[in-house]
Amino acid sequence: MEKTIKKVTGAEAVVLSLLEEGVEKVFGYPGGAIMPVYDEFYKYRDQIKHILVRHEQGATHAAQGEARVKNRTGVAIATSGPGATNLITGIADAQIDSTPMVCITGQVPSHLLGTDAFQETDIIGISSPVVKWSFQVTKAEEIPWAIAKAFYIANSGRPGPVLIDITKDAQFSEFDFEYKKCEFVRSYNPIVEVSLDQVKDAAQAINSAKKPMMIVGHGVLLGDAQKEVLKIAEKAKIPVANTWLGASAFPAQHELFKGMVGMHGSYAPNLLTNECDVLIAVGMRFDDRVTGDLSRYASQAKVVHFELDFSEIDKNVKADYPVLGNCKESLTALDPMIIESDGRDEWFARWNELEKQEDEIVVQPDVNPTEGPIRMAEVVRRLSEITEGQAIIVTDVGQHQMITARYYQFMDTNTNVTSGGLGTMGFGLPAAIGAKVARPEKEVVAIIGDGGFQMTLQELGVIMQEKIPVKILILNNEFLGMVRQWQQLFFDKRYAETVIESPSFVKLADAYGIKGKSISERGDLMGALTEMIDSKESFLLEVMVEKEGNVFPMVPSGASVAECRLK
Amino acid sequence: MSADNIERFTISVYAENHIGLAGRLMQIFTRRKINIDSLTTSESEIEGIYRFTIVIHVTKDQVVKVVNQIKKIVDVMTAFFFSEDEIVYQEIALYKIKSSTLLGSNVEMVVRKNAARILYVDQEFTVIEKTGHKEETQELFDKLKPFGILEFVRSGRVAIARPMPNLHSWLEEVGLTDKFLVNPKK
Repeated sequence: MEKTIKKVTGAEAVVLSLLEEGVEKVFGYPGGAIMPVYDEFYKYRDQIKHILVRHEQGATHAAQGEARVKNRTGVAIATSGPGATNLITGIADAQIDSTPMVCITGQVPSHLLGTDAFQETDIIGISSPVVKWSFQVTKAEEIPWAIAKAFYIANSGRPGPVLIDITKDAQFSEFDFEYKKCEFVRSYNPIVEVSLDQVKDAAQAINSAKKPMMIVGHGVLLGDAQKEVLKIAEKAKIPVANTWLGASAFPAQHELFKGMVGMHGSYAPNLLTNECDVLIAVGMRFDDRVTGDLSRYASQAKVVHFELDFSEIDKNVKADYPVLGNCKESLTALDPMIIESDGRDEWFARWNELEKQEDEIVVQPDVNPTEGPIRMAEVVRRLSEITEGQAIIVTDVGQHQMITARYYQFMDTNTNVTSGGLGTMGFGLPAAIGAKVARPEKEVVAIIGDGGFQMTLQELGVIMQEKIPVKILILNNEFLGMVRQWQQLFFDKRYAETVIESPSFVKLADAYGIKGKSISERGDLMGALTEMIDSKESFLLEVMVEKEGNVFPMVPSGASVAECRLK
Repeated sequence: MSADNIERFTISVYAENHIGLAGRLMQIFTRRKINIDSLTTSESEIEGIYRFTIVIHVTKDQVVKVVNQIKKIVDVMTAFFFSEDEIVYQEIALYKIKSSTLLGSNVEMVVRKNAARILYVDQEFTVIEKTGHKEETQELFDKLKPFGILEFVRSGRVAIARPMPNLHSWLEEVGLTDKFLVNPKK
């Protein structure tokens, strides 16, 4: 292992430690308590790129965007007090969506801790329910150790956010810097050995299944097990659905791919969850948006659960055949035990029958309407066609997000960046910036609603300053659409505070030096989308869409997946 | 979940002695709106590893999930839970009464019969100590009450598992024994 010894300040040690971890870019915002570290960013500006966001929340989402498309730990930097508290939403988002992120915050000098000093806040205390791990550094010597441990913990086992809070005096004082990567924490056991017995039991259950169904989750992407999933599904002829965070793990145009499960998932996988005989869940956690009423969820099925996090097994759905461990390893062990199936005609006929119903009632009117205002779904499907499902798609939260989940046909892996568990409006724009910075060679399109865009639109400043060619597609229905849909369906159309006015997004983009266009006619759609995609620079396209469009199918809150509604 | 299935569980947590850990542990309970009956902490037989003993009233299903969440905390080595019949446990209670009540009363007999002891006496106050299960310390409380109890305090539970999974068997299972000084402390 490489070792370097050098007398440096704590602040310099922060930057050196980041370099040791291979960090090339960080997102952040300076302030009093983190100034010594910023002085070092200035000194090392040729080796590490600092991207100035416009609000610290943006730094966390950008770091998440980077992490999600690269499976690499994103880094966000902020000062003490408000700088630190502004990170919280992004940290909570990263925690619930298992995203590796290291946040570094400045803190008041250690002799002022607990005195209500200027810009002092107990960020360790505030963040503790939503971090995977955190540590307050009060001595410069602790910095390399703490940062090494932070990176190890953030991106091992089930990934998550880690926060390192560094007092200003620790940034100033000098010590002999020596860096050693962390590879072991005695109280932390991220590597679980896969039990062959568990795999054998799972194989037996899968082999004996007449009507199997597989749900792939985010764990497949995190565990890089896409190929293994595909191989087993093809061999055993298993229909595959994904959770929302599992999107892009399985090629959307594959004949075995059956769409998404859950509240706004597809009709067939929701209904057939309650008809299958073996439910194979890979790297997913049976979130309530997936299961609906738990007491009426897959109760007829034997559940095989491949999962890395032991606390997820039996947490929501009882697993008949749990397989603990990294799914890449367990599926690799499973593969030779799987008996090739010669087809399941009757079972697939049932899928086709339901798919046909959904196609007639929902999909065709959604993606190929011939009259009326533009529908969100057709915009997303046309984008999917133009980009051949290869773009990185970053979504915000709401109707446009669920429409994207349904109609963007993800054909490349690790290309879906979204706020799933936390449902953070405002996530889209900064996350897209992070994704584009991490993978400049890929087309990155942020699909955002008119509401969510206005939560973090200040990050257009980053696109302007850094010339980041992110494409922004605003689906504007002049409503907070998802809440409006619920008000229509469950609150007798009382549209309480869901009517939202927006500024001219095109003029706004123009103010930031970003090209923009707004369309409202169907005839202009293909041309405008093509112009956006063909643009070498950032481009904002606003599409005025049907105002009161609804997302279907829908499993109403508290209903069973079998009660999935097509209208 | 019906209230009938609620029982008392004792959770043993083995963790690094890191600042903030107790808070993190508590969050697991508060987030699930579980009240903690008692909480005791001390260094364990392994140097640097602290042992938290937490008593809660929940269902079996809840305790399993809570303990899994505790085990997920990075600074926690491991955690176990036990039902009442799986452990040997003890609590301690202190009772402060006016020294004057000792005169011409049968406090002495109460102390004797309850296997308690006088810990401290001065001209004004007397402190009585009693170790035992909650029911036993409560019984003494009730008996001393007529004499006037000025202060009363009961400790959290300390508990040792009967032959059940413990830290040592866990360390062996995960192959970490050599990472710890597992000799009992002198």
